[in-house]
Amino acid sequence: MKTLEASGAGKGPAVGAKAPAGGPRTVNPVTSHTRKHTTRKWLEIAVFVTPALALFLTFVVYPVIAAARYSMYKWNGVKQFSEAEFIGFENYARALFGGTNPDTKDAFTTAYSEPFWTALSHNFAIIGLSMAIQLPLALLVALALNRKFKGRTFVRVVIFAPYVLSEVIAGVMWLIILDPNGIATQMTRAIGLTPPAGGWFEDLSWGFWTVFFVITWKYIGLAIILFLAGLSGVPEDLQEAAAIDGANWWQIQWRINIPLIGPTIRIWAFLSIIGSIQLFDMVWVLNRGGTTDQYSTIASYMMQIGFFRSDWGYGSAIAVIMFIISFIIALAYMAAVLRRDNANRMQKAR
Amino acid sequence: MANKRRASAIVAFALSSALVLAACGSDPEATPAPTNTGGGEQEPVTLTWWHNGVAGDSGENDMGDYWAQVAADFTAANPHVTIQIEQIQNEDLQRTRIPTALQSGDAPDLFQQWGGGEMAAQADAGYLMDLTDVLAADIERLGGSVGPWQADGKTYGLPYQFAVEGIWYRKSLFEQAGITSEPTTMDELNAAVQKLKDAGITPIAVGASDKWPSAHWWYNFALQNCPRDVIQNLGDFDFSDPCLVGAGELLDEFIATDPFQPQFTSTVAQTGATSSAGLVATGEAAMELMGQWNYFVYQGFTDGSDEQIAALLSDLGWFPVPGISGGQGDPTAALGGGDGFSCHVNAPAVCADFLAYITSDDVQAGFAENVGGLPVAPGAASAVSDPINQKIAAAAANAGYVQLWLDTDLGPNVGGALNDGIATIFGRTGTPQGVVNAMIAAAATQ
Repeated sequence: MKTLEASGAGKGPAVGAKAPAGGPRTVNPVTSHTRKHTTRKWLEIAVFVTPALALFLTFVVYPVIAAARYSMYKWNGVKQFSEAEFIGFENYARALFGGTNPDTKDAFTTAYSEPFWTALSHNFAIIGLSMAIQLPLALLVALALNRKFKGRTFVRVVIFAPYVLSEVIAGVMWLIILDPNGIATQMTRAIGLTPPAGGWFEDLSWGFWTVFFVITWKYIGLAIILFLAGLSGVPEDLQEAAAIDGANWWQIQWRINIPLIGPTIRIWAFLSIIGSIQLFDMVWVLNRGGTTDQYSTIASYMMQIGFFRSDWGYGSAIAVIMFIISFIIALAYMAAVLRRDNANRMQKAR
Repeated sequence: MANKRRASAIVAFALSSALVLAACGSDPEATPAPTNTGGGEQEPVTLTWWHNGVAGDSGENDMGDYWAQVAADFTAANPHVTIQIEQIQNEDLQRTRIPTALQSGDAPDLFQQWGGGEMAAQADAGYLMDLTDVLAADIERLGGSVGPWQADGKTYGLPYQFAVEGIWYRKSLFEQAGITSEPTTMDELNAAVQKLKDAGITPIAVGASDKWPSAHWWYNFALQNCPRDVIQNLGDFDFSDPCLVGAGELLDEFIATDPFQPQFTSTVAQTGATSSAGLVATGEAAMELMGQWNYFVYQGFTDGSDEQIAALLSDLGWFPVPGISGGQGDPTAALGGGDGFSCHVNAPAVCADFLAYITSDDVQAGFAENVGGLPVAPGAASAVSDPINQKIAAAAANAGYVQLWLDTDLGPNVGGALNDGIATIFGRTGTPQGVVNAMIAAAATQ
């Protein structure tokens, strides 16, 4: 999903950039040859773009619009949608602050609004923790692995392996390891420690952190590989020059390598933030966000209420809220952080 | 989710079900030939049938095989009918396939129906064939078990299987702890729990991670604590009676006696040796509150050999959920649920005939013999030969009244809110009042 969207976003400007490029050419005296050329070019674009565009409109744009429409209705998913009752933004109000009806406001606040904000807070906690823990950790490992040593390729493969595993397989594997009688629980007991009273995933104070550990294990490989790729692009003569000038290893990393892979780090942070907001597969496989929502995310909450409780209108409203949050963060991040990188690249291209 | 509980109870792999599906598809496909050539008088009719009899881990599919046989027998007697069967895993069927098919208008003619609130919503939307008059005789013959498949006085489906739940236990562990008789009251159950704990045995296993198994404890306390009319009218979403909060308080007290295995909120119901069913099947825990399907689930933890299954079954006991003292409820009331089928409103009329055939005494008896399920038809009761199943059937017959699982009864929205609320009691974050409030809130969204 993430990569698809990222590449989709990348395509937008590229197509746009080509259009004006075709403009100046037409200033030349129009000959039958160039006209044919232009027609042919547009035909080619149409042939290549139409299938992808049709798929995009059918499976991305239309569902987004449909979800926005469903979110305005009270609809149980059983009766025909045409018979559903239009209630405007009431589903959104129910999620955000318990709705506008004073009779049900208290009940809805506890039953719907609080779990919604709990789930959202988990998403943002994961974003914050990713930046605070995953980023430095991945950076350290990448810098260490950037040295040449025997078996480097093997270590890189091992580190990247969790990322390649499907979420479901990884989730089930951790469920087995951290089961009340799983190997991790038994080893904890064997060395004289007490495992969490409610179990690793369900314990009220441990659950979220266990899940964050599993997420880190799963996704840190991507960060490390990205950083390593960035580091391989840093010219070695810079490091040699610094070494000759008397800089030690840390100074080289801190003053040369890390600043030079800045664009890579910022792209990783972008993917990580969007991924954290949309985090679903792992928490769902582990146990649908936990029996008491210890590690629910906005997406697992949407699934729980919208799909399994057949509250489709409300679930659609949650989906739209999630879409808007992702969209705003993506745009803001593009504008504030990535613009500099893109501007640099554009200049280089010129 | 209540839906996870399955009589067939075996989680099926999509692949194996697809294979079996392909295998079964060939049978009905073969029948059209005689229809076109020899049928003559009656127009050829095709019935599509979606059911949840899929192959389990072992590859065995008693239910699917039996349904294929039933369909073949029916088409043999009615050559103008072709029956196309699709076997679909239970949760996919209930949560995804049937709702989407009903929405799209391209629905199967005959499909799995769990009854209760979800069926009422389908009936309300006009998707289901009213069977009240066409199958009046069969409804009469099947008796009270049809109740959950009725809404607003009309019958929209017929069950082929119905059973009450109770407490399964290991006789050897009871013996080891010095428990001489099956508990019949809550006090006796508490005493048994204490004896088991003293003997170092986990008294009760519960798959609280799946939510619905823990919710069933609340249902039973509600059944004991609330008058019959309060329970039976829950479908009207009146949750004002304080006895419902009382049910949560009773549950709270019960959990405080620490009767369950350690880390019970991390335990699932059916998958793996550390699931609640696995704990009982392997002799790690003494008791479990579960439906009749666990008869099959427990057997799944053996190596499948006749000796092991026989050894397990001979050590397995079952008793009805004990009554509490001082409640307003009927202490002999029981919770139960089952499986049935509904006809789509646009299905050919022969759909009702086929449904009547499925629930006929002979087919029901065959269901008990070949699949090991508990039939609904009183005429098929004698076909139940297993002592535990006989005991479960007798408990249902002796119950003051049988109430459908509360979550099924209330439908996915309010029922789901109920189960989620009860999970917070087991997680020690929720309150008895919170459970009732969650139901009230969910009902207000409908």
